[in-house]
Amino acid sequence: MKNDPVDVLIIGAGASGAAVAWSLADTRMHILCLDQGGWMNPAEYPSTGRDWEAKFYGDWSTSPNIRRRPEDYPVNDDNSPIKVVNFNGVGGSTVMYTAHWPRLHPSDFKVKTLDGVADDWPIDYDALTPFFEENDRMMGVSGLSGDPLSPLSHPPMPPQPLGLSGPLVGKAMNKLGWHWWPSDTTVATTDYEGRARCINLGHCTPACAQGAKASTDITYWPHAIRAGVELKTHCRVREILTNEQGMASGVVYYDKDGVEQFQPAEVVIIACNGVGTPRLLLNSVSGKFPNGLANSSGLVGKNLMFHPYAQVYGFVKEPTDSNRAPPTCLWSKEFYDTDLSRGFVRGYGIQFGRGAGPVFEAVSSEQKGILPWGADHHRVFRKLNGHRLAVSAICEDLPEEHNRVTLDPVLKDSHGIPAPRIDYTISANSRKMMDHALARGREVLEVAGATDICINDPIPWGGWHLLGTARMGTDPSRSVVNEWGRSHDVKNLFIVDGSIFVTSGGVNPTSTIQALALYIADQMKQRLANLFD
Amino acid sequence: MSDTKELTAAQRADLRSIAAMIIPESSEYKVPGADDPAVQADILATLGRDTALVAQALDHLARLAGKPLAELDEARRDAVAKEFRASGGAAASTLIRVVLQCYYRDDRVLRSLGLELRAPFPKGHVLPEGDWSLLDPVKARGGTLRGASR
Repeated sequence: MKNDPVDVLIIGAGASGAAVAWSLADTRMHILCLDQGGWMNPAEYPSTGRDWEAKFYGDWSTSPNIRRRPEDYPVNDDNSPIKVVNFNGVGGSTVMYTAHWPRLHPSDFKVKTLDGVADDWPIDYDALTPFFEENDRMMGVSGLSGDPLSPLSHPPMPPQPLGLSGPLVGKAMNKLGWHWWPSDTTVATTDYEGRARCINLGHCTPACAQGAKASTDITYWPHAIRAGVELKTHCRVREILTNEQGMASGVVYYDKDGVEQFQPAEVVIIACNGVGTPRLLLNSVSGKFPNGLANSSGLVGKNLMFHPYAQVYGFVKEPTDSNRAPPTCLWSKEFYDTDLSRGFVRGYGIQFGRGAGPVFEAVSSEQKGILPWGADHHRVFRKLNGHRLAVSAICEDLPEEHNRVTLDPVLKDSHGIPAPRIDYTISANSRKMMDHALARGREVLEVAGATDICINDPIPWGGWHLLGTARMGTDPSRSVVNEWGRSHDVKNLFIVDGSIFVTSGGVNPTSTIQALALYIADQMKQRLANLFD
Repeated sequence: MSDTKELTAAQRADLRSIAAMIIPESSEYKVPGADDPAVQADILATLGRDTALVAQALDHLARLAGKPLAELDEARRDAVAKEFRASGGAAASTLIRVVLQCYYRDDRVLRSLGLELRAPFPKGHVLPEGDWSLLDPVKARGGTLRGASR
């Protein structure tokens, strides 16, 4: 079935798709977004039920392979120590994230210049500054301006309370003389733009029933739709088609009834994340593009960067916030910048965890062997539960071509579309960085008085950040898109998600992903008259 | 692998036995064991997508025990449980997890832990502001954000 053509077709309604849709709406072009999932219903979110923790192991798992909702696609990540986690639906993975909101640092854009590794980005931090600010207003950010070791931000809402856990961490960090600061987060601490303020449901990651945590289904999308953008849900795109001139002509997708449709478009924008985007490009094979679309460099799917998480946690005598607060509250940039005396290049950010709920505590502690079976179970559980502090290092992964996304020869999604396969190893540099982080994490926890210290090395289901698989650059032989997100090969094809990252930094990337999407939208608007030149 | 949609009577009996070994009743803390009928009923009612793996774990347990777990003497039962935990893999982990997730939402258990018997939403929780003066040393120390040029 063929539909009427649109001016702009966006694939994916998550973090970047929503931002680019909203920004382009003021052009008055006919903009259509297709998403493989549907609108979320907050009344069904886990924190509305007594079984809120159990749902994290099933329907609300962060892993699509465990969750297996109809809108999810399987991922073969058997050959990776870090498993892919994501969420599919309107809002994408912003529905299911911790809302931690650091930005990449200015130095992260010049890694080659500063440290002689990887590549510099073709743009710098300053180019993104106005879009970081605009995005912070749209998403609604809480935090404390003035962190001396982070890029200056101006959060429109005050920071989350330190609670019980924050001071325990702060005191320990002060004893060590290490930097810490209240995190910027997209958790609303006051009523904000129609969103109710946080009431500390605690179970933030698998969606916020209060609507205090920003996800693009409740931030960007209502504005974009009011401005005329059309969003069709439960539409899974199979491939992008091209015409005789080598331009994208539209997409083939399966609608909510499973009927194959063709949607013609003048411009196609991909916003499917660092796994979904290369999967789509590699599935878009034609005579003119036999190795996948936009892949003359051969780099589509390569240079996958995850951020290996090195986590240390322990248990203090004092009560912590447990499940009575958002999961993260503080960050540290003490080990963010390169110091070669540590034995590795680049560095890591730290996010501190406030604690865990009783089921999560019981399950994870039993698995670690610190919660026994039998008569002593009750005594030990009472010592652990409500006393956890966690230190998680977000280690900067450098791009390596052997870390990659390809198409699995066997595995397919429910529409028969080849699924992605992940081949990934932790590099020697990342390994040294993780060892350093584990040692420092243990140090701060011991100063805080923690015992029963455990590690997750890496956090196995920690592949939240999917970056680098369609990198940006000025050299068509070394990059997939140019410095404003346009494919080098296909002049009306754009990519706006985390796959265009050149390097990963040591922070959660969503703020930067959305700033990039807004930047690319702005570049497109400035070039409308000669967009395809 | 077991592909059953519900557990057999023998499997349910072994589930009760192993659950009691994981979390026995405690008079000291005034809590039931995980073999309590209400906890067991909750487990069976909510097994759902975990049924096949739990059944697989119980099959493994039955092979190790050679007969119903409850009929073994204490020393043998402990040895079987230890072997089950060590060799049961993902299936054993799933069984243990479903026991724990149902046990730690039981009203009597939550009361004993001093936790409220409710979903987080809509009441939420109150979070103390904390001592912001702890940040003063960080502000005093300052620091310099690394620039983008050498």
